[in-house]
Amino acid sequence: MSFFSKKPKETVSVTYVSHNGAVREVAVPVENTVMEGAVANNIEGIVAECGGSCMCATCHVYVDEAFLGQLEPIAENEEEMLGNTAAPRQANSRLACQLKLTNALNGLRVTTPPNQQ
Amino acid sequence: MDGAGRAGVVIAGAGQSGFQAAFSLRTEGYDGPITLIGDEPHIPYQRPPLSKDFMAGKMDPDSLPLRPESFYEAQRIELRMGERIEAIETSGRAVFLASGERLPFDSLILATGARNRRLTVPGAELPGVCYLRSVDEAVAIQERLEAARRVVIIGGGFIGLEMAAIAAAQGREVVVVEAQSRVMPRVVAPVISAFFQETHEARGVRFAFNAAVTELRGAESVEFVHLSDGSMYAAELVVVGIGVVPNMELAARAGLEVGNGIRVDEYLETGAPGIYAIGDCAWHPNRFAGGLARIESVQNGVDQARCVAATIAGKRAPYDPVPWFWTDQFDLKLQMAGLSSGFDEVVVRGEAASRRFSVFYFREGKLLAVDSINRPGDHLVARKLLAAGVEITGAEAGDPGFDLKTAAASRA
Repeated sequence: MSFFSKKPKETVSVTYVSHNGAVREVAVPVENTVMEGAVANNIEGIVAECGGSCMCATCHVYVDEAFLGQLEPIAENEEEMLGNTAAPRQANSRLACQLKLTNALNGLRVTTPPNQQ
Repeated sequence: MDGAGRAGVVIAGAGQSGFQAAFSLRTEGYDGPITLIGDEPHIPYQRPPLSKDFMAGKMDPDSLPLRPESFYEAQRIELRMGERIEAIETSGRAVFLASGERLPFDSLILATGARNRRLTVPGAELPGVCYLRSVDEAVAIQERLEAARRVVIIGGGFIGLEMAAIAAAQGREVVVVEAQSRVMPRVVAPVISAFFQETHEARGVRFAFNAAVTELRGAESVEFVHLSDGSMYAAELVVVGIGVVPNMELAARAGLEVGNGIRVDEYLETGAPGIYAIGDCAWHPNRFAGGLARIESVQNGVDQARCVAATIAGKRAPYDPVPWFWTDQFDLKLQMAGLSSGFDEVVVRGEAASRRFSVFYFREGKLLAVDSINRPGDHLVARKLLAAGVEITGAEAGDPGFDLKTAAASRA
């Protein structure tokens, strides 16, 4: 395991809500993505088949409205992928692999769709 | 099927496919013992970033594992890292580890992967001649790259070009040596090869095509790469990416059929009932290849793992997904859907000059594959078109006004 770093990291709180209402609040390192936070904490509902390369549209989430304005804007590639998600796209749809966590996003809340594939 | 009280499933190989098989067995409801055996010391991790963001230093190493260690405990998946299966007893339904330990199984999944093809010319064993497959090898390359000024990459395929892009972006002098006349010759059309070559050249990468390496020379570590045309390049680091060889010796020793990999049927089962092969090592019937194929990709490994897990859990279905691949080089994302080999017509959708275009491959008017550059929407639609066998014409593919998404939905 030697190449996986062991240094303590600054974290922010992220809450993942499943489509049927199950809630998990976890600490995720700043600079990690919302997708990485889900995988590291065994959150169901995020498949992330491509490992975060904005390739597969299987880490689709609905972002709590309160945080929408603090996210990086949707880039062209993400925009195209969002047009092809398994669950319907909504105004607050994002790909979790493109959401890098900052201190300003502490308390972020996202809801996972019923299906990713 | 609940599997409790039985010998369970043994998975040989803890790469992306082996991990996914264990994961999917649980999501499919399999409740028996699962043992995941891998010969690397690390818990299962992602390989694609090793030649992409991880190599470029843009990724938290902690994000490399496919799941945290706690996952395996919670899912009752026994991890045996740093161990190797030496033999399979097909009649007794057990495997033997190098230590001599005997592990019985109800089902055995061979996810033994592939290993890098080695360069065999004189000097090939010099320090500084590196290969890339494991995280340990990636870290070794990173360390050498730090101190290197000149890098020679042998092989102009995905790994070679991804490495070239990273080294060039870090200001190194990079030469790519390719045996054929263009980059990625086995997988993409000449129009895409030319576009990627131009992009690399614009960032300072040089190419030596139709070139064979004859010798590597150096005192303590590699210093010079000699080519068959008499030319010579200086390098402090050489990265070799000339393809892989499937790990099938274990299967062959057990008497299982092997060829270009471990031979399996459409259910990914070998000739021995209950013994399966998946991922890079599996030589399987594939309708997109029009015959037997061995496919090296995340998609193939993951989907084959899911297929076998479903079979073991009692939901047997043949393997049938559309193959897809991707590579990241500089600001370019190339996404490939389908298998293009044997094409007789190529149609470009969009303008190469815009750096966003797709190439549609046809054979006798039938769509075979679509390669998309910075057009992920086209890629996802292409996967749907190919999966459903939707027919579109070359004229439609090339018409920017033709809506692919509507065609995929309405003609399926």
